[in-house]
Amino acid sequence: MPQLIAVPRETFAGEKRVATVPEVVEKLAKLGFRVAVESGAGDAANFTDEAYRAAGAEVVQDVWPSADIIFKVRAPSTAEVGRMREGQTLISFVWPAQNPELMQQLAARKVTVLAIDSLPRTLSRAQKMDALTSMAGISGYRAVIEAANAFGRFFSGQVTAAGKVPPAKVFVAGAGVAGLAAIGTAASLGAIVRANDTRAEVADQVKSLGGEFVKVDYAEEGSGGGGYAKVMSEGFQKAQREMYARQARDVDIIITTALIPGKPAPKLITADMVRSMRPGSVIVDMAGEQGGNCELTEPGKAVVKHGVTIIGYTDLPSRLAKQSSTLYGTNLFRLAEELCKAKDGVINVNMEDEAIRGLTVIKEGNITWPPPAPKVAPAPPKPAAKPPAPAAKGHGAAGEPASAKATVITFLVAAVLFWFIGANAPAAFIAHFTVFVLACFVGYMVIWNVTPALHTPLMSVTNAISSIIAIGALVQVAPPIADTGDRPATWIIGLAVASIALVAINMFGGFAVTQRMLQMFRK
Amino acid sequence: MTSTLSTVAYVGATMLFILSLGGLSNPETSRRGNLYGMIGMTIAVLATVLGPQVTKDGYTWIIGAMAVGAALGLYAARFVKMTQMPELVALMHSLVGLAAVLIGYANYIDPAATTHFQGAERTIHQLEIYIGVLIGAITFSGSLIAFGKLSARITGKPVLIPARHWINLAGLLVVIYHGGVFMGAPTVASGMTPLVVMTVVALLFGVHMVMAIGGADMPVVVSMLNSYSGWAAAATGFMLSNDLLIVTGALVGSSGAILSYIMCRAMNRNFISVIAGGFGTEGGKPAAAGAQPAGEVHPINAPETAELLRSAKNVIIVPGYGMAVAQAQHTVFEITKALRERSINVRFGIHPVAGRMPGHMNVLLAEARVPYDIVLEMDEINADFPDTDVAMVIGANDIVNPAAQEDPASPIAGMPVLEVWHAKTVVVMKRSMASGYAGVDNPLFYKDNTRMLSVTPRRCWTRCSSP
Repeated sequence: MPQLIAVPRETFAGEKRVATVPEVVEKLAKLGFRVAVESGAGDAANFTDEAYRAAGAEVVQDVWPSADIIFKVRAPSTAEVGRMREGQTLISFVWPAQNPELMQQLAARKVTVLAIDSLPRTLSRAQKMDALTSMAGISGYRAVIEAANAFGRFFSGQVTAAGKVPPAKVFVAGAGVAGLAAIGTAASLGAIVRANDTRAEVADQVKSLGGEFVKVDYAEEGSGGGGYAKVMSEGFQKAQREMYARQARDVDIIITTALIPGKPAPKLITADMVRSMRPGSVIVDMAGEQGGNCELTEPGKAVVKHGVTIIGYTDLPSRLAKQSSTLYGTNLFRLAEELCKAKDGVINVNMEDEAIRGLTVIKEGNITWPPPAPKVAPAPPKPAAKPPAPAAKGHGAAGEPASAKATVITFLVAAVLFWFIGANAPAAFIAHFTVFVLACFVGYMVIWNVTPALHTPLMSVTNAISSIIAIGALVQVAPPIADTGDRPATWIIGLAVASIALVAINMFGGFAVTQRMLQMFRK
Repeated sequence: MTSTLSTVAYVGATMLFILSLGGLSNPETSRRGNLYGMIGMTIAVLATVLGPQVTKDGYTWIIGAMAVGAALGLYAARFVKMTQMPELVALMHSLVGLAAVLIGYANYIDPAATTHFQGAERTIHQLEIYIGVLIGAITFSGSLIAFGKLSARITGKPVLIPARHWINLAGLLVVIYHGGVFMGAPTVASGMTPLVVMTVVALLFGVHMVMAIGGADMPVVVSMLNSYSGWAAAATGFMLSNDLLIVTGALVGSSGAILSYIMCRAMNRNFISVIAGGFGTEGGKPAAAGAQPAGEVHPINAPETAELLRSAKNVIIVPGYGMAVAQAQHTVFEITKALRERSINVRFGIHPVAGRMPGHMNVLLAEARVPYDIVLEMDEINADFPDTDVAMVIGANDIVNPAAQEDPASPIAGMPVLEVWHAKTVVVMKRSMASGYAGVDNPLFYKDNTRMLSVTPRRCWTRCSSP
């Protein structure tokens, strides 16, 4: 029996998002699930009941009793928890660390809860279900739009008939997903964008989006693991405050996104800094929910203090409800795919799977949060920590030394061979043999350093050089010896001339084709 | 020209040859390297012709033969297509091999060359002739088969005769036995039979050896035959007591051998097992059948690919033999140019054994005027795939097969590969879903971030490059 995925209307005040969209309903149906949507669930995000129906979902007045799986955006309210029953599975944002009572209530209901916010984000396989990232990206975009809305000037610099307009200067504190989205959006609107993050590794990402990375003059690395930042030392914080104060005096717009997991947001922007900003400036504090990065932020509101508009909205993704519902719905669909590999419409919460283990905070009434520490370390904090490069190409000595035994055997065999030759061969042969062995070594040394790009020309030129065998034929055509009569001169000349002609093809052709190839190699 | 003068000229030629090989190690100095080679060859030939070993009677013959050979050689070099380079090189190896055989015979039937040797010297001289002809004959027939395989006149699949190792062993015994007879032969006429028998066995051995080697190992074979042609020259040098031939032959021989070794290491294969032949037929099959990656491929069409490339910041193109077959290198570069004008960072990742001879891809890209500093080797570029938006795989298969790292049972397990699957999106351009030369299925095609583009490269690029 395929399971029923139910999507209730969000009850949180002001929440416009919905946990699935018609487009995704069709995909869920392909996985074998039935989908029921509460009437009016998508209204605020501009998805009508008809659209859901057309996509194959049932539209019902009350989805809670019949549901097997519940897709939600916000963590359920106490009333909603009261409506759940044993055996149901809830997939939504839960924030287990911040909501311990909610966890207790859910566990008491003997349900299974997958908290989309608890996804192990460093697993590359998990990225397609990472709703935090997709929501943060939307927040970053919306933060810039809110700032532009409150800001009294253009973002891009222009020279118009009515005078010159300087470009807006935007400073982004924290270059996580949201910060990077804000940098990209502000840069594409034409502003001068600067950004800072305690993790030095993001500098390149900032630059790649058109921002300028502002360093704090203090050496300390701030990667905390899991891709988040950690709390920094006193000395660093002082240097950082000075840098922020300098930026506050200079820029028009500050967007802050600094969050440390499980801790209140760091207060980066003091009241003094706000006072030092030019009137008409804007601060968008995206950390409002965790108390804000600015001392004067009032979470959830936009206020004007000291002539500076401080926006502390905590519902930025909800303000772009259609977009964020679509991305969130897709994230949940990807999760459903992982849960239902058999495509039979029945989920299997496989606790052996690292991604699903991390997501599952309550399994059939037992709290399974926090998960055991992930086995995989987050991205190495510094490029220097990379595993050593594969053995460099070089002479034999640069590679692994051969085992002592093998070396001894090689030397013994060589010694016996050389003794044999030395004891038996005539002197003339020894001279040639010396030359031969040395030439082999020269060839070996010369070839080791050839770049692979030139292997073909190299082969072509060595092939041309092997035409040196022509010498052998040349000396046989007409050697300075008396014709004694028993010498089959005609045969010899015939063979030698044929050899010369054959080798000449190789000689001229080989060098010419090498030349042709090498002409093509250019910078 | 006196004997000492021509010896000094030989020393000069030897130095120039070494400088030539050294110059070829770097694109900056490569053209000078080739020039050194030409000068060295000219000096060597002139010093021999004008030296004491050639009388005036031979000049007409020499000039005539040289002129004919030069005309043919220059014509071939001028008009060969760059995609046919491997065939041409293989064919030219066969010429050197044949020449070595002819010179050996000529030397043997020339009483003036042999009569003054006595005792051990005579035995060694006979042995030198025997070995020279042997290597020459193997090079000749092996190169011809390689030429046939590379130009698709003969099937690229390994042709395996039952008990082939025993046949080879029997051939070796025949060769050794007749070697004994040959060296014991009192007259030229009585030594001719064992020499001819050995030549025939060697020719058959050359055919058999290369027939048993699969198409994927062709780069190694071409380079190995290159090495043989050098050893043939060195053996001829011993036969004629000519140091220039010995040195140059040894240079070519050892460089070819090293090159083969480098190739084998790039494929994580044992040199002996490549030569023994039959890759993709031993052992690996049952495991491969068990681990058939089931999955669905995600198709993409040309306009979507164009859109994907335009919105990317970092693109890495991985070409394979398919690009050579489709002659797509020019179109590939046109699109590269278009993308670079949009300041998209486009680079090429080249696997050491992509194509059918070492460095094949580099030559094709160079022909299309791709600047060599954006063409990178596997080791240089592998770490960059995670930061890459789009990896384009054009007509390559085994060299981008993740099974080499993920599936220990795979026949290509452990072979270093280009890790394209770390890129955000991989677009695989391929004419069919068929396996590569190694006969191994490729799980890359079923990955979530892989898109399959099933049109010929030319058509795709034409559509991509239109605005």
